[in-house]
Amino acid sequence: MPVMNTVDEAEVAKFQAMAAEWWDPNGKFKPLHMLNPCRLDYITQQIAAEFDRDLTQPNPFEGLRLLDIGCGGGLLSEPMARLGATVVGADAAERNIPVAQVHAEQSGLQIDYRHTTAEALAEAGEQFDVVLNMEVVEHVADPQAFMTCSQQLMKPGGLLICSTINRNPKSFAMAIVGAEYIMRWLPKGTHEWHKFITPDELFGLIEKAGLDPVDRKGFVFNPIAWTWSISDRDLSVNYVTASVKPA
Amino acid sequence: MCLNSWGRFAPYCPDDTGQIASRPEKARESTGLRGVLVAFESCPIAASPRMDNPACTLILRAMDFDSDVVIVGGGLNGPTLALALAQAGMAVTVVDALPLDQRADAGFDGRGYALALGSVRMLQALGLWDGLKDSAQPMLEIKITDGRAGEGPSPLWLHFDHAEIEEGPMGHMIEDRYLRRALLDAMAAEDRITQISEDTVVAQDVQSGGVSVTLASGRGLRSRVLIGCDGRKSGTAERAGIKRQGWDYGQTALVCAIGHELPHNGIAHQYFMPAGPLAILPLPGNASSIVWTESNERAATIQALDDEAYLEVLRPRFGDFLGEIHLAGARFTYPLNLTLAERFVDQRLALVGDAAHGVHPIAGQGLNLGFRDIAALAEVLVGARRRGEDIGAIDVLERYQRWRRWDTAALAAATDGINKLFSNDNPLLRGLRDLGLGAVNAMPGLRRSFIREAAGLTGDLPQLMQGRSL
Repeated sequence: MPVMNTVDEAEVAKFQAMAAEWWDPNGKFKPLHMLNPCRLDYITQQIAAEFDRDLTQPNPFEGLRLLDIGCGGGLLSEPMARLGATVVGADAAERNIPVAQVHAEQSGLQIDYRHTTAEALAEAGEQFDVVLNMEVVEHVADPQAFMTCSQQLMKPGGLLICSTINRNPKSFAMAIVGAEYIMRWLPKGTHEWHKFITPDELFGLIEKAGLDPVDRKGFVFNPIAWTWSISDRDLSVNYVTASVKPA
Repeated sequence: MCLNSWGRFAPYCPDDTGQIASRPEKARESTGLRGVLVAFESCPIAASPRMDNPACTLILRAMDFDSDVVIVGGGLNGPTLALALAQAGMAVTVVDALPLDQRADAGFDGRGYALALGSVRMLQALGLWDGLKDSAQPMLEIKITDGRAGEGPSPLWLHFDHAEIEEGPMGHMIEDRYLRRALLDAMAAEDRITQISEDTVVAQDVQSGGVSVTLASGRGLRSRVLIGCDGRKSGTAERAGIKRQGWDYGQTALVCAIGHELPHNGIAHQYFMPAGPLAILPLPGNASSIVWTESNERAATIQALDDEAYLEVLRPRFGDFLGEIHLAGARFTYPLNLTLAERFVDQRLALVGDAAHGVHPIAGQGLNLGFRDIAALAEVLVGARRRGEDIGAIDVLERYQRWRRWDTAALAAATDGINKLFSNDNPLLRGLRDLGLGAVNAMPGLRRSFIREAAGLTGDLPQLMQGRSL
């Protein structure tokens, strides 16, 4: 990888350690790893439906250009690249980029990771068939501006998949008290409850940005089976939406 | 058509260059990615890659992989798993120490398997059953009785009839030779499967993106995940430092096929004798497969007898309900022990069948358990691959372990318990178990649940066990 030529070996070792941390299913990012199969099921099914791809075939996403906003260590970017998509992973946190690059190289995957923002990419006129906006919108300062920017990043006929956390007493109990204080899955202060968004609010933002919402589902955690599953009805805590940009 | 996940980089898939060449019309709109795509296109797939091109360096790395999955062991579980994975699009390499023709030896030797309904459905889903069903014997009824040599069965017995469940026969008897042959033929016809015979694994090394295996011949193989189908003495497990717990029963199974005068009508019998169980399992025609358990010392003595003397020992146990009997194949012995691996998975490694758990073959469940492992593991791996996950990642493999471990431990404990309960001549226990068998027999609901369990229709059934392709 070209990036390796510009950093010294101690730096590489540090990034490898951080990559190992990102990718340890029982480590710091355990909640994301637990949710990931569910998120991937939803994302792959929506892309397959929208672009008429067959997931049983090798490289089903060949030819699709995909942007993963808030890519972190590449937990979504790598699977998308493995399925044949041409992936740009963007993260505003600079230190995530070499970490994700190191891991992609270890996995033998070609992914274009960039330290940039959705705004900067939109300004540069970049466009994608698929934009993944997963667990990001609840962290941004201006959700409407962010959604409009996501719309600009989509090609006509493109697909946006956006997941976030609902705002109600249950989500407060589960996502903040449960995940941050009881289970300590996430550092305290990861989420601010007032920034959570109800599905109606999110659909409002999506429509105002000029996109057509086409689907929404819940991600539901079952504390007995200790697994996540996709629900048609229960959007009470984590949920996900799909929308398309009119051609 | 290219078959594996990194296939578009693989030199033996020349037609895939077309797929890459057809991409630029979408890519043209991009600025940042054009460089990468141009790099891919300018790097001739089948010719030698340019070392100074970063994209081509990646191609070289990707070419290091020989297949998605390397399976160690070409007995019954290894080929079955290979077919399940290959049919779902994965590239698989199967390594076995024996030459192919020796494994495919088609002589009749009397060994057979009681395939549960779930296992039959998996063979249907894999496209193997049509070729096997004519040589399989449906088991229409199972009669379980407590008995003592010379006395015949006790009057209280347990009777399972397939008419009590809607799914049809509760299982089929299939001879080892037919099942083995069908699996080897299907593997040979599947171009996603590479077979390596007369070679053994001497080392395995897990790296960040894959696992490397070194064979005794010096050949190296690289894949995403390594699967041990190498039996209860699994070298794959041992090399990974996976310990196993074992129990020895001090018993040996004597196995043979007999011909008999009268038809068996598709009825399987299991007699619980003080020395151990005797199973009479119907084969096609007037023949049955016998699994007969004795203490190690006694089994050694019996096995040393000539055929006529052997039959003399068997006859009083067997009874005369099928008329005159004679030996119809070779005689085998298998020492009985129970082994359970402390875990079924590790980094880039999974264990299947006897490598994970060797159970007492008392209920014919050894192969059926292995088939359940295969159905679950194939579903986990194929699901992960279609989601774009790394199929060798530990969190992926742990899904298989969670799915299988409880079922296995429960069955191992149950067969162990049944064996201990029945393999003795204590009059009190004998009375109790007769009452128990009679009680189960008197309660149709309980009996039906036993039938469904024996037929492999309980629990969280993998798709293949429901007869559905992946």
